[in-house]
Amino acid sequence: MTVIFKKTKGLTDKPLTYCPGCTHGIIHRLVAEVLEELNVLDRSILIASVGCSVMSYDFFNCDSIQAAHGRAPAVATGVKRVRPDSIVFTYQGDGDLASIGTGEIVQAAHRGENITVIFVNNAIYGMTGGQMAPTTLPGQITTTSPYGRDVKTQGEPIKVSELMATIPGTYYVERVMTADPVSVRKAKTAIKKAFQNQVDGKGFSMVEVLSSCNIGWGLNPVDSLKYIKEDMASYFPLGVYKDKGKI
Amino acid sequence: MKGRVIFNEDTCKGCGLCVNACPMKILALDLTRVNKIGYTPAHCFDMDKCIACTNCALMCPDSCITVERLDV
Ligand SMILES: Cc1ncc(C[n+]2csc(CCOP(=O)(O)OP(=O)(O)O)c2C)c(N)n1
Ligand code: SF4
Ligand code: SF4
Repeated sequence: MTVIFKKTKGLTDKPLTYCPGCTHGIIHRLVAEVLEELNVLDRSILIASVGCSVMSYDFFNCDSIQAAHGRAPAVATGVKRVRPDSIVFTYQGDGDLASIGTGEIVQAAHRGENITVIFVNNAIYGMTGGQMAPTTLPGQITTTSPYGRDVKTQGEPIKVSELMATIPGTYYVERVMTADPVSVRKAKTAIKKAFQNQVDGKGFSMVEVLSSCNIGWGLNPVDSLKYIKEDMASYFPLGVYKDKGKI
Repeated sequence: MKGRVIFNEDTCKGCGLCVNACPMKILALDLTRVNKIGYTPAHCFDMDKCIACTNCALMCPDSCITVERLDV
């Protein structure tokens, strides 16, 4: 027998604090596997955000700082500039990155900081009890949109990857999902590229990962994967939105 | 038997994503037991049919699964 899959050394032994079936856990594992495979764990620095992943500093086997809500790209900027040899990445939810932190992510991208951003879009504020996020789908029911998001009064969901791709300072932007084994493999390839870009000094890379919040959505874990694939991915199309290495 | 899956039962949250991902349909939650964190852990009830595809491990959010392939 040969071991062909085992838990990565990029994760600590601490049990994850996520709800059963939450795909934050899959995304953690993919990032940790990539850091291990690129052999950069000992020089990586995670800038954790606020949201369900607020305690991610306990889970990744590397150094970390926990930033104030939405401010991870600003903290990452400082860390990367004083420690240019470190591999600096943020791990942010959609409430963190696309709401309170929109200014920070847009400015960090305009400055073309050589950092990696893992953007976990689950279309809701998970940690605080399932409130509407800027990314909540039209008609989606949340605790603050009990009749479904009404785009007439609440606007259309923000398409972050599309927005980031228009910014001259971004080097690589891709949207992926965690709905099944095939999409999980593709998500890992994108995450690896986003970190390889930083190792190679290419510049700002962001991977948006469509993720589940079965508790906030009121679905079971398996139906949540279907929701990612059918509902989320049709509003937020997957794909590479920018790759300066390919122009 | 082409492969073997080993579960870390202590950290399994019984979410069923591995059960759903297995193409051979040989995984299930063991509803007769509760693990030490209070969930009904996943297990394999027919290891002979495992093809070592790693689908279950790819979908497990809690990294509970180790997959081995039989050497030929
Ligand atoms: C300055 C500040 N404002 C508001 C909050 C409350 N708060 C905590 S987490 C959160 C939203 C988290 O949502 P998201 O980033 O989508 O992450 P998720 O929990 O869904 O993974 C909010 C508004 C806070 N902690 N700090
Ligand atoms: S509340 Fe939602 S995002 Fe937070 S851990 Fe639970 S399922 Fe995941
Ligand atoms: S996917 Fe992981 S946590 Fe979920 S039931 Fe299977 S082994 Fe347990």
